[in-house]
Parts: sequence; C-alpha cells; structure tokens
Amino acid sequence: MKPPQFEYAAPATLPEALALLAHPDGDAKPLAGGQSLMPVLAFRLASPRLLVDLRRVPGMDRIDIDAAGVRMGAKVRWRDIERDARLKTALPLLAEAIGHVAHYQIRNRGTVGGSLAHADPAAELPGIAVACDATIEIASARGTRSVAAADFFEGALTTVLQPDELITAITFPAWPATRASAFEELARRHGDFAMAGTAVWFDLDTAGRALDTHIAVIGASDRPRRLPAAEAKLDGQLVDAGTIGEAACAAAGACDPADDLHASAAYRRNLVGVLVERALIRALAGTTSGGTAINRSGESH
Amino acid sequence: MNARLTDILPESAAAAADGPYIGRSVQRVEDLRLLRGLGRYADDVALPGMLHAAMLRSSVAHARVRGIDASAARAMPGVHAVITAAEIAGAPGQPVPTVPLRLQPLPCMEPYRQPVIVQDRIRHVGEVIAIVVADTLALAEDAMEAIELDLEQLPAVADWKISAADETLLFDATTTNRGVTFTARRGDADAAFAAAVHVQRERFTVQRQAPVTMEARGVVADWDAANGRLIVYGAAKVPFFNRHASAQMLGMPDSAVDFIEGDTGGSFGARGEFYVEDFLVPFAARHIGRPVKWISDRREDLMTMAQSRECEADVEMAFAADGTILGVRGTAWCDLGAYPRTNGLIQPRNIPHFLTNAYRIEAVHVDSHVQFTNKGPAGTYRAPGRAETAMFCERLIERGAKAMGLDPVEVRRRNLVTSSDMPWHFATLTPSAPESSGLSEADSGDYLAAFERCLVEFDWQGKLALQGTVVDGLHHGIGVACFIEGGAAGPRENAKIELARDGSVTLYVGSTSVGQGLETSLGQIAADALGIPMSALTLLHGSTTYLHEGFGSYHSRSTVMGGSAIIDAAGKFKQAVREAAATYLECLPEQVTITGTEAKSPRGRSIGFAELAKNETILVDGTFANHHHTWAYGAAAAHVAVDARTGDVSLLDYVVVEDVGRAINPLLLRGQLLGGTVQGLGGAFLEEMVYDAEGQMLTGTLADYLVPTATDFPRLRAVITEDFPSPINPIGAKGAGEGGTIVAPAVIVNAIANALGEFDLNPASLPLSPSRLWHMIDDARRAAR
Repeated sequence: MKPPQFEYAAPATLPEALALLAHPDGDAKPLAGGQSLMPVLAFRLASPRLLVDLRRVPGMDRIDIDAAGVRMGAKVRWRDIERDARLKTALPLLAEAIGHVAHYQIRNRGTVGGSLAHADPAAELPGIAVACDATIEIASARGTRSVAAADFFEGALTTVLQPDELITAITFPAWPATRASAFEELARRHGDFAMAGTAVWFDLDTAGRALDTHIAVIGASDRPRRLPAAEAKLDGQLVDAGTIGEAACAAAGACDPADDLHASAAYRRNLVGVLVERALIRALAGTTSGGTAINRSGESH
Repeated sequence: MNARLTDILPESAAAAADGPYIGRSVQRVEDLRLLRGLGRYADDVALPGMLHAAMLRSSVAHARVRGIDASAARAMPGVHAVITAAEIAGAPGQPVPTVPLRLQPLPCMEPYRQPVIVQDRIRHVGEVIAIVVADTLALAEDAMEAIELDLEQLPAVADWKISAADETLLFDATTTNRGVTFTARRGDADAAFAAAVHVQRERFTVQRQAPVTMEARGVVADWDAANGRLIVYGAAKVPFFNRHASAQMLGMPDSAVDFIEGDTGGSFGARGEFYVEDFLVPFAARHIGRPVKWISDRREDLMTMAQSRECEADVEMAFAADGTILGVRGTAWCDLGAYPRTNGLIQPRNIPHFLTNAYRIEAVHVDSHVQFTNKGPAGTYRAPGRAETAMFCERLIERGAKAMGLDPVEVRRRNLVTSSDMPWHFATLTPSAPESSGLSEADSGDYLAAFERCLVEFDWQGKLALQGTVVDGLHHGIGVACFIEGGAAGPRENAKIELARDGSVTLYVGSTSVGQGLETSLGQIAADALGIPMSALTLLHGSTTYLHEGFGSYHSRSTVMGGSAIIDAAGKFKQAVREAAATYLECLPEQVTITGTEAKSPRGRSIGFAELAKNETILVDGTFANHHHTWAYGAAAAHVAVDARTGDVSLLDYVVVEDVGRAINPLLLRGQLLGGTVQGLGGAFLEEMVYDAEGQMLTGTLADYLVPTATDFPRLRAVITEDFPSPINPIGAKGAGEGGTIVAPAVIVNAIANALGEFDLNPASLPLSPSRLWHMIDDARRAAR
C-alpha cells in the first residue's frame, strides 16, 4: 500500500501551481487535504506523474460572508466550516450537514475543493452545492471560469474539470432568514458515506404556499442532483402532510440509485422518499408559520 | 514485553499499593506507556541494514500456476530477492512446507493443509505467490508489478453448496471438499423428538466475518549468520507454537529461533496465530542474510487474516407440553474458505457441541460439515462457533415458546442449568483431538440465577409494557438471551520468578498480552502471591527467550492459566527465600517468615531481599496444568427501537451479566465484557465479509467492511458476579473474554423480532443491516396485503 513513484512540487503562488498543472507532459494532480487522493494513490488506482501540493499557495482558505452570499476558498477545511457560527444563518443547510462529514480527524484535513473535485455521489458538500445553486470557480493557466454546481458533476467521481484546472472557490447565493430548510441522511455508521441523503429548502409566500422548492439528493444517483418532479409537487402549494407525502413519493420515484454492498437500490429509493419527507416536515416545523406538526411516521397528529 | 511496574504504575494505584490487589480495579499499568506513544509494536522495530518485503498475492481465487517469471523484477534496482515456491522447495518436485494445525490436529486434515506459498495451485484471492524484498517497501511493490504470471484459471468454488457438490475439487489428493464432519451426541435424540408435542425447526445463516485488529500483522526477522540464530519480532498470542512451527520448516532447532513479543494491538483469536508470513519472512532474512520487515496493510489483513463464522444451519428443537426442551437435532455447514490453517476447525467443532447453550437438554444429535471453498482461509474469531449457536438456540426457544403459546422467559427458566444440575455434561463430540477430551463438563454455576439477575438489572418487568409498541414511528422491543463461555484451555502454563543480584524480583510468564491488560492482572496476582507491592516486581511475558515453554493467550486462558502458574511459582519462590535466609538468620527454613521483601527469624533477626541477593541467586519455576475448562456464564438483555420505514435500529439499553467465579480486576473485566459486546453487536448489525461468485473479496477496506467504533453503541451496561468460584484453579477465576461477544447477536435478533412482532418477522440471517431489515419488513407488508 505504497503509492507508485511520482514527482512532487509545492509551488508558492497560484500562477505557479496552475503552470505546473498545465505542463505539456500532463498527468499532474493537485493535492490539498489528501483525504481522497492519497488512498487512491496507495491502492495504485491512479499514478499521476506529478503532485502539485497547494499547501504553500496563499489564500483560498477564507470563508467570506456578505450581502451577496457565502464565498469559500477551495482550501477551507471541514473544521473551518464546523467552527464558523455565522454559517448557521448564512448557509444553514451546510451547517447542518457538516456534522455528517466523516470523522474529526478527516474533518481536520479534508477541504472544500477536494470534496468537490473528487465528486463522490454520496458526499455531503456536492449535494449542498447542488441544492443551494452554488457556483464553482475554476482557474487554469488559460484563465478562469465559473460553473453552476448543477452542471459541474458529470457522474461518479467525474466532473467537468479539465486536467489543467483547479477549483479556487465556491460561492453560494444569499440565504433569506425566513427560508425553510433541512438536511437528512442515513449512513451505516455515523460519519460513513450516506446510503442516501437529502437537502431541501423552500420559501413561503404570504399565503403559506411554497416557492422555489429545492430538493436535492445524495447517494441516490451517480451524482448529486435535484429532483424537479418532487419539487413540482410543492411549488405553489400549501405545504402540509398531503403535499409533503406527494413530494416524497415523487422523489423516491425520480431517483435512480444503484445496488451496493451496503444497501439495495430498492432500499435506497425507499430511503430517499422517507428522508425527503422527514426533511420537509422538519423544514416546515422550523418556519414561523410552523405548519401542522407531523410525526416521523408521516401521519398528521 | 517489559513492564517495569516501578516506573509506570499510575499514582492512584501506587497510593493503594499495599495489597491485596486481586479484586481491585487497579488501573492498567500498560496505559502510561501506550498513551505516551512508547509502546513497541512490530512496525516500531527497525534494525540496521533492514530490508522490506512485499507479498505478491493472487488476484484470482482458483487457478493452476503454469509459470512465474520474476526475471524483470529481480533485475530492478534496489531489489534483493524475489522468492517463490521454487526457492523454498529447494529441488524440483519437492513440496513446500504446510501450515500445521495447532488445535484439533486431526489426521484427516493432512491433505487440506495450507502450503506456505503457492506452488502449483492458487486457492484464494490473496494467497502468496512470491515475496519481493527490496531496499524500500515502495520499490518492493514496484517490482511486484513486474512479475509475470502464467495462470490457468479454474472454476471458483465460492459457496459451500458448490463445494458440497464436489464437482470441482480443491485438493488433488482428495475426493471431496468436505474435510470432516463433526458430530455431537448425547442421549437419544430421535426418541426425544418422537415424544415431543412441538418441534421448532429453523434455518439460519451467519455471515463471514473478519477479526479486525487495530494493529495489522507484522513480522521482522533478523538472521545472525555467525551463530546460526534467528530472531523474529511481531509474535503474539502463541509465540512458542509459532517458533516451533517456523523452526521445523526452516530445518532449525527450536533453541536457535526466538520469537519476541512486543506490544500487540489486538488479537480476537486471529492475530498471532501461525501464518505463512511467519515462515516466509524468516526464510527471506536467512536467504538474503539481512534483516527483513514485512508489515501487512489493511487490505492484506482483511484478505488473509483468519476469517470466521460463515455457516448455514438447519436445526430443530423438541419441546414437551410444559415447555421442557427434550432435545436438539440438526445439521450445519461451515464455509472454511481455502484451508483449515492452525485453528479453523474450532468453529465447526463448537457448533454441534454447544447448540445446547446454557440449557438442560438431555438429547443431542447435531452434525457440522467442514466445507472448503475458494475464499480466505478460516480461523477463530472471538467466541468461535459460540456466537453462532447461541443465536440458533435462543431463536429456537423464542420461536418454539411462542408457537406453543408459552412465555419464552418462563421456558428459559424451566430449562436453564442450575447449581443442582452440576456437574453438567455436554454432548460428546467426534472426532475429537486428544487435547479436547476435557471439554465436556461444567463444574459449577447457576445459569438460572444469572438470568434472573439480568432481568432485574435490565428491569425486564418494567420494560415489558413497551414490547411491540410503536412510539413516534419507532417499534420498541426487548429481548433476552443466555450464554456459557469456555475458558482456560490447557494443557498448562509456566512461570518463573527470579531474585536478581540487585535485589529486584522479576517474573516471567508464558502467557501473552494481546491488549487485554495482562501485565496488570498478572501483576496483581503475583504481588498478592508474593506479598510485595506491584511496584516491586517486573513482569516479562510472551517471548520465547524467557521460558522453555509457554502456551500463550487464546480461549480466555491467560489470566487463569498464567495466574495459576504464577501462584505455584510464588510458593516455590518463598520457600527458596526461606531456605536461603535461614542460613543468615540462623534458624530453620520453616521458622522464617517473609513480610514484603524482608525475611525474619523467630528471634527478630531479619534480612532484606536486596541483602540476600548479594550472595544468593534465587530462580524458581512454577507450572499449572489443567485439562478441564472453566465455564463462565451469564445473560444479556436489550431494548431496541426499530424505524420500520428505514430499517434503522437504535439500541436504547443493553445489560450483560456474567459470573466469572472471581474477578481479578473488575475494571479490566468490564472492559472485556463491554468490548466483547460491541464486537458481537458488530456481528449483529455491521460486519460482513463479502465474496462474489468468482471468489473476489468485495470488502477490501474498512469503508466496506464495517467494524463498530467507540461511538456506535454508547448505551451498554455490564454487571459482574462472583457467585461460583472455579474449583479447579487456585484463583477461583473463570476465563471471561468472550461472553459479551457470544450473546450479543442472539439478544439483538430476539429484541428486533419482538419489536417487529406485528409483521411476524423471523430474522434468521446476519447482519441485520437497515437494508436487509427493511426488505424483510417490506416483504411482510406485501404478503399481508
């Protein structure tokens, strides 16, 4: 379990890092927290020619919050997110999901950029990014570009990133204080990759009808994705046990999970329905209107 | 390992260091060393000129080897040797050595023994084909990839049913993949079933599991060419047996080989058994003439360390109208993987023998078939065969009682062995190796009393109101089950006590530490036996350099057997001190009294150990022989809440009660009980070693093979009782390292089945993952529609 031979560079600036990634020999990989890349190397599943360690590259490690929303550098670690109390209001879905991300040793090292680039279909941050209409900022020696999270993930462990590109930041639009949201997931053990998970949010109009509903799932497809069929069951509707049940049912029907060692596809589909329902119930309970209390078995009291 | 108690005894223990120690929760003397990073594990051994070995392991499950071309690998810079069967066999046509059976060495196992390296046939993914030794591990792994193999793939036998068909034979010299069938008999089972008013019959499957130790295996071998001596680091569990096996294969006398025990990060029955690397690494060191280190990585450990528990059973229980259990009958098929290795037969031999669990069942006829397949070789895993049968037995009782309209708790009361049944004889097992002749009787205890205590501690009566209720969408259930656990395997253990020239007392014992706190528990026994503070003695254990013979740590034996040997040695030591002191004190030896480290005459003259040691060397050997096992016993109860919509189970309360005769150190024992319970819960909920139809292992990382961690099951309680001390050893203790593991799956399955009573579920295969449980509920819902 030793990596194959590779060259190593720790450039001191972003342009230097990008130049190394753009080297005509190709086959360079950026290294940040190493929580995904190092196991891949140790198993010899990948053998890049060059590792470009970003540890000396300045910046990219701040969480900035302003009226426009939240901007996180690619080198922000899970621990930074966990400790940042501002995120509880600025990006409550991420604040809620972060406790499910692996274990504290991993949270001390793992980075935002690394998780997005690795693109595990069950990982939390990619799911939150898709759920919250985030934008991923990408740089290369050729220039910079921004990609909507919804377009960034192409499949399991596959993204639109080109070999010479580096994620530099992720931005989230501003979050209204009245927005209803909740995150739910179930893993075999706490901290494991989720068998399935969901991040939901919606706004309520003055009549109590849902607006702009977002329902995203992880672990239920080859990539994190929103489920428009489920969202449509709530938009313009009063959020109650009936519409929540319809949305949950639509969510279960709309996802396309796979069998694996930990859960069957049929189980995952069921789980998506249950988690979406529970998340919507909790989201509704957190609004000022509160809604009708609905218990976890899905029936109104 | 060297525990200098003087240096590292925690202050709280030192403050109370005036004995007696036995029965006190003395803090682990090991912890200061380990927690400060001062432990010395196999990978901490670094020798001058040391090289690194990587094992080329088969990526296919079943194949004939037509050729191995290692020329390119051998030519790579930094590579010192590539060793294959050809180098080990020495001459063409010569077979390579095979792994001996340490336990149950039945002659019929000869053709199934594991070759130390693939010679002409590969039988499981992970089997060693070649050892590459290089300057660094990375170079060795690079070279490994340059070895060319010419293989003829054979059909994989990845399932016991395919194995039993005998269409593809795994061993050329045999006519069947069924290595042996164990049969347990007692009374007339057929008559018992004929007389029954109710027969409960069930089919169970238990999944393949892997004993995951925190520290992976490792071997460092140091060859001393000048003196023809070999030193092997990384030994654990049974160093003396392994030293002998290794020396035999190397053609060396035992006395020229030493196995050195370091700190050990867990065994659970698996780590420390003899594995092929215990021969291959020393062979490589001698072959090259340099020290060689091999440290298993996690994937290798999962592939090659003993796997256990996989079996299917079709068993039935006969009941009289009042709930009296008249007999048990049935058949089990155990999937042992590719080879029996040193102790793989223990699980299949235990299954028929202990299907009666803690119950007074007079008639038994159970067969257990050993089936070889193209999966990782078997071995023991904490509570081998016992965790399986406890679940079979307890489910049969639960289901049988309910089918008869009886309360399962009452049925247990009616059938549990009590003190008036003692000695209680277990069924007779055939075939049986001579060493296990003493396995057949429990000498003391009251299993009913432990059961009642468990019900009280758990508040069974109070919680009964919750049985089968649904609260906020969660289905609540309680379950209970009983267990017995054998311990203290013979034949004997040895200890030696030395008064050195500097007046210090050093104790050597053949027991080994596998992380269980042996230095503390044996230190307590020794200090009490010698009447000196723990801080005044040094305890050395495990390594073959200390004693001529030792038996190690398995079968919950080390405290009882090692402790008893220490008591024998301590008696002899005191006698030797009296004799030596008598000369100085001018009195008869029997007139000398010893207080702490001082010998006194009746007239008040005295001489300290330190003074005595200036002119006298005292060295005594103690031993304790025992062919009878101890039988600790107990019960456990659990309260679960099942989310029927997700199959997720919360463990809300769990109580395990065990009577151990005498608790040397309740703190350590509690740790054994709770740790064992967590491991059993892992087997009930999480752990599953999965192979596909091609014999490929799909669970090669700890993200796939899920072991319980410290935070997964926080609500556990352990209660220790000492009602029936063992009559067969001077301490009165009964081995108690496995009880928690034995009973956990049985309790959990009972509790979950009770929680989901409305669906009439019968969970009969483990593990109960959320997905599997949800499918059972979903099927029941569909069937009800």
